Amino acid sequence: MGMMSVPRFWRNTKARYLMVGRRCRRCGQVYFPPRNLCRRCRRRGELEEVRLSGRGEVYSFTVIRTPPVGFERSAPYVMALVKLEEGPMVTAQLADVEPERVRIGMRVRSVFRKIQEDGEAGLIYYGFKFVPVDEDDVQGE
Amino acid sequence: MKRVAVIGVGLTKFGELWDVSFSQLFVEAGTAAINDAGIDGSDVDALYVGNMSGGRFIDQEHISCLIADYAGLTPIPATRVEAACASGGLAVRQGVMAILSGMHEVVVVGGVEKMTDLSTERTTQTLATASDSEWEAFMGMTFPGLYAMMARRHMHEYGTTREQLAMVAVKNHENALHNPYAQFHSRITVEQVLASPLVADPLRLLDCSPITDGAACVVLTSEERAREFTDSPVYITGSGQASSTIALHSRERVSFVDATYNAGREAYARAGREPGDVQVAEVHDAFTIGEILAIEALGLVEVGAGGRATEEGETSIGGRIPVNTSGGLKAKGHPVGATGVAQVVEVVLQLRGEAGGRQVDAEVGLTHNVGGSGGTAVVHILER
Repeated sequence: MGMMSVPRFWRNTKARYLMVGRRCRRCGQVYFPPRNLCRRCRRRGELEEVRLSGRGEVYSFTVIRTPPVGFERSAPYVMALVKLEEGPMVTAQLADVEPERVRIGMRVRSVFRKIQEDGEAGLIYYGFKFVPVDEDDVQGE
Repeated sequence: MKRVAVIGVGLTKFGELWDVSFSQLFVEAGTAAINDAGIDGSDVDALYVGNMSGGRFIDQEHISCLIADYAGLTPIPATRVEAACASGGLAVRQGVMAILSGMHEVVVVGGVEKMTDLSTERTTQTLATASDSEWEAFMGMTFPGLYAMMARRHMHEYGTTREQLAMVAVKNHENALHNPYAQFHSRITVEQVLASPLVADPLRLLDCSPITDGAACVVLTSEERAREFTDSPVYITGSGQASSTIALHSRERVSFVDATYNAGREAYARAGREPGDVQVAEVHDAFTIGEILAIEALGLVEVGAGGRATEEGETSIGGRIPVNTSGGLKAKGHPVGATGVAQVVEVVLQLRGEAGGRQVDAEVGLTHNVGGSGGTAVVHILER
């Protein structure tokens, strides 16, 4: 998508800045990105906020070389499905890593980074990306 | 379910049609379908139109009204149907339900998309709205990227090779040589696919369907009325539709498309058919891995064996189950809202024996259309 409106972005800052998701008290399922209804228990579910550790591993990945609007300056960049240790999977960019070194099962942790910016004078959108946990995987200077 | 007859089909040329407008596209395909059916516009009771994103591609919403107007079909009811790249297949299903309900007797179903008026970046961005805008696209994900991650998992879990993916594109380009409506009439080799630029690793340019303008149209009526119009109706005998999570990351697995499986199961059950009965199939190969995922979830090959089946020629014309005889989305082109309707057109031509140089011997065919990365799937079974 293109740029997000201020309220649309602001509604999710807890999730985007702190990785706060939801857990269903009834069935224990953890949701991230957050949801307002448990997919299993529906009306009977009871969701509470839960902050995730940000630790997980790469489930699958790709290198984006034909970027959408807003990401032209970042390309090529690595995008991954990260399986979080609490269970949910999330789509995010991998940073500080050589694309050639990324592999399925690689351990990663979340970091707070700039995701996009709305031109020279507009909003800067922050959020999470992931970086390798193991020193050997981190891209050198 | 009761059978619904397809009594007319029409297509435009698919491609980069700089000199043709959105409404011209639809009128051309619609006129062809109505001529083919041998009916008059005044016989038409209702219109359904599949269109993904007139709003973003050409700054035009209220597509159904626009088309009814430009096709001279006012005041009949006209309804737009949207489910990203599955919009066309869903429009067909709405037409089928309109006939089966008895609400309407002769229904025109079209699909149309005008994609080439935008830059590649804007088009990429528009297609990405079929994913979860806030949690996939906003993070920098693209459509080729989502399918690339599915491909990588499929290769990891089943040993599918890069060459096998390429063979899907090679086969579909070969088939398109015999389809005058196809966007590409160029034979390609595995080596050329593997040497084409990377779009989203491991997918390369020649793994991806192109950006296409085009329209497709079918005319439907009840089995009872079909013989008034034609001696060679093709029947839609089964229809299935299913949803899944919009985001790829919310699914239990990404190397198998549950929505395709569920839509297929419903369509087979309604038709009283099994996967082994299908003799020709048009499936959603927006990316080469898409065809492999489709034929597996539809039961046309074993799960995990889609790559090998392609390599061994099982899905080629002349093989056990020819897939994408039209050239598929890959080589025929993929005007997103039109694709699901165009698939039905191809299977109808095959079952009527009017498919020219790509003709196969078939009495039972299948169409399979996907929205997003598998959030929506729709399957139809057709028989002559």
